[in-house]
Amino acid sequence: MAKVKPRVKVPKKAEVGEVITIKTLISHPMESGQRKDKKTGDLIPRKIINKFVASFEGQEVVNVDVDPAVSANPYFQFDMKFPGAGTMKFEWTDDDGSVYTAEKKIKVG
Amino acid sequence: MKLTRRDALLLTAGAAITASLPLPALAATPEDIDADIAAFTGGADVKEGGVEITAPEIAENGNTVPVEVSAPGATSILLLAAGNPNPGVATFNFGPLSAASEAKTRIRLAGTQDLIAVAKMADGSFAMSKRSVKVTIGGCGG
Repeated sequence: MAKVKPRVKVPKKAEVGEVITIKTLISHPMESGQRKDKKTGDLIPRKIINKFVASFEGQEVVNVDVDPAVSANPYFQFDMKFPGAGTMKFEWTDDDGSVYTAEKKIKVG
Repeated sequence: MKLTRRDALLLTAGAAITASLPLPALAATPEDIDADIAAFTGGADVKEGGVEITAPEIAENGNTVPVEVSAPGATSILLLAAGNPNPGVATFNFGPLSAASEAKTRIRLAGTQDLIAVAKMADGSFAMSKRSVKVTIGGCGG
């Protein structure tokens, strides 16, 4: 299985109260459960990221319920009001129960 | 009537089209979509407008269609693709630190269809918008 690798892009520093844009992407096939195996004709079982949560110092920024219609390597972009220095946490939950995480520190400056 | 070769071809073509007609049954029915919206709103009234969906008018590849939803003052936005086998695409819930109630993602579209976004506003009301996207190559695999 291809390795699942989260990638996030956040500014290294920001002014307090500034609106910052956060971009996230995770390499994941997002197998929709609709496709058929070309050789056997069997349905390929669904395996997607079904939940994405971004939080900053424990406070939620966005929380997305994901359905199979989101493309492979799901990409999410959103804005956050920067409350002060801290760590941003990202969590992707897979259908098989595994959780992939990423963390980024943002400084005031 | 004499059946020419051309007529015969037309007939078979027509038959093929008719035979392929039940195919769109794969797509979600309006009832499915209404049920999804009702599950999100809890049966509350939904007013038209107030949600902005930014998507290309013509998407060449239905596998990744960039879509942005934005609804000022919304606490969550439900995005549906009316022509997909399962209409649900994603539900964005905006937390206290979210700056603007907008999000961008990339989605799969099985074919030319309407996107529907339903936003839940902070005051508990609901707003809905639609946008049609033409898809050249569908994105739901074989």
